[in-house]
Amino acid sequence: MHATVRWVRSGGISTLILLLPLLLTFGYFAWFPIGNAVVMSFQETNLVDEPTWIGLDNFTTIFGDPLFWTSVRNTVYFTFLALLFGYPVPLVLAVLMSEFRRGLGLYSMLAYLPVVVPPVVAVLLWRFFYDASTTGVFNTILGWVGLGPFEWIQSASMAMPSLVLQATWANAGATVIIYLAALTSVRAELYDAVEVDGAGIWYKIWHVTLPQLRHILLITLILQVIATFQIFTEPFLMTGGGPNNATTTILLQIYNYAFRFGDYGAATALSLVLAVFLAIMSAIYFRATRSWSTS
Amino acid sequence: MNHLVRTPERARPGAASTGTPPSKAPETRRHTRRRLRTARRAPAPEERGVLSEFDRDRAAVRWGLRIAQALVLVGLIAASLGPMLWLAKAAISTTQDTLREPLALWPSGIQWENLATAWNQAEINRYFLNTVWVATGSWFFQLLVATTGGYVLAVLRPRFTKLLTGAVLATLFVPGVVVLVPLFLTVLDVPLFGVSLLNTYWAVWLPAGANAFNVLLVKRFMDNLPRDVFEAARVDGAGPFRLLLFVVLPMSKPILGVVSIFAVLHAWKDFLWPLIVLPEPQLQPLSVRLPVIRDTVTLDVFLASLLISTLLPIAIFLIFQRLFLRNAGLGNAVKA
Repeated sequence: MHATVRWVRSGGISTLILLLPLLLTFGYFAWFPIGNAVVMSFQETNLVDEPTWIGLDNFTTIFGDPLFWTSVRNTVYFTFLALLFGYPVPLVLAVLMSEFRRGLGLYSMLAYLPVVVPPVVAVLLWRFFYDASTTGVFNTILGWVGLGPFEWIQSASMAMPSLVLQATWANAGATVIIYLAALTSVRAELYDAVEVDGAGIWYKIWHVTLPQLRHILLITLILQVIATFQIFTEPFLMTGGGPNNATTTILLQIYNYAFRFGDYGAATALSLVLAVFLAIMSAIYFRATRSWSTS
Repeated sequence: MNHLVRTPERARPGAASTGTPPSKAPETRRHTRRRLRTARRAPAPEERGVLSEFDRDRAAVRWGLRIAQALVLVGLIAASLGPMLWLAKAAISTTQDTLREPLALWPSGIQWENLATAWNQAEINRYFLNTVWVATGSWFFQLLVATTGGYVLAVLRPRFTKLLTGAVLATLFVPGVVVLVPLFLTVLDVPLFGVSLLNTYWAVWLPAGANAFNVLLVKRFMDNLPRDVFEAARVDGAGPFRLLLFVVLPMSKPILGVVSIFAVLHAWKDFLWPLIVLPEPQLQPLSVRLPVIRDTVTLDVFLASLLISTLLPIAIFLIFQRLFLRNAGLGNAVKA
């Protein structure tokens, strides 16, 4: 009684009212679904009957699905290619751009422009660019130098690299801006110090710039892995997972389980498996940012 | 001489000369003009990059840098601006032109009516308004949750603050895809309320509010506001609500601007979630509708639709450029 009065007097009610938006939205749309994800993985949910406990059956279903390993392989392949294409490009671009004394604003703007294009627009536009005929946009360009015509997204072997190329185009700009910001915080004394010893430009890049960027490089690496493991819009809209399942990713599998076959339990189980993997990546990320911000 | 190109800079004498320590000027140059230039433009000591002033005076480096700069410029224009310019051209060309000679510099005739056909016949107008409506609601709820939540956690600081901050932070570690299906089931049958939000905009707006990133961003900003101002307001008799509305919110404008712009842009980009919770075509935003439109209209009208769908995000970007380039990605939030 006494405690309640004191709570009310000290503004407890207004605090609670002000917290309601957060508690309700997070309660309903973050905390509850997260908890429910674990529960649903062990249940059969089809929206018609009451959910029933089925133990590990959902996991048996997803691991037994021949498409499971295909989707894992494709997703890993996508991530690998995305790192191969997309990881060095922003770094090289940012290191170069940071040496330009004029027009940096213009360069940054140009680099970032693709990032603001809505992904659906970008994917549909590139889908047209990838037209396999000789008058396709990319085939025309390559035709000028005597290459092609290529089949792009219609060929099983080229589909995935094509998706990665588009995704890299769409996302590299954001990373460039992150690196540019990080490069301004590289301490000038360090350059001065190695210059006294007569260090050349490459030596400075290799022994000063890159080591100073190592935390941010790790962070962008992990963020990129986390993002590419959740790749969906590109394969969904560009290839639909084809040709011949060459671009079926894990997320596409989750989508198909839930929204094509109505097997919500299997979809959630697969999400959970993906979540465990990504949580490990996030934990590394969190440790990296912490040590980075305190250093 | 090659650096004659740089006249515009020199036309404004002293424009960049302030705040430059004279000692930074290299002593051993014969070209006085160049020395003046370097002296004027030499950045503050802590802002230098890999190249030293000495490096920059070497002919090989100077030319290498110039060539690199030209290559980067051409590359960026071709890669970033190119597809957008192509889209702008194709949106007002005939289907014939675009299919036969996609890279012709100039179409055989300009077909402005593509844009009108897309807007009216392909019903881009409706989907555009739907998108605006989706973005507005998402913006409102994100701001509501982030300001009230951030305010309680940063300023009022009740006893369970740490626990609650932890619970909010924890959701950051759960990737969106993991809750996709359970979230969908929640929306189908909201616990305790027993209603379905399917085919209502609430299904997009409310989950958008549960954005841990925004809450923590606003909390961090408010954490750094001077607390003696709050004390003074409290002494003057301001309750928690007045304190929020008249003291904390006006002081938090910068961060609210950042949250707002990213909220609107994110809502504009979002595809998978609205696809799932808004199966009714009349309600769908552009991102969900464009893939369907692709199969139902002619190519020229489709490309015009793509262009219209891109204009607003690009306009927002161009207007608030600085804000984007300073806060892009997570870099800044992580650093804060």
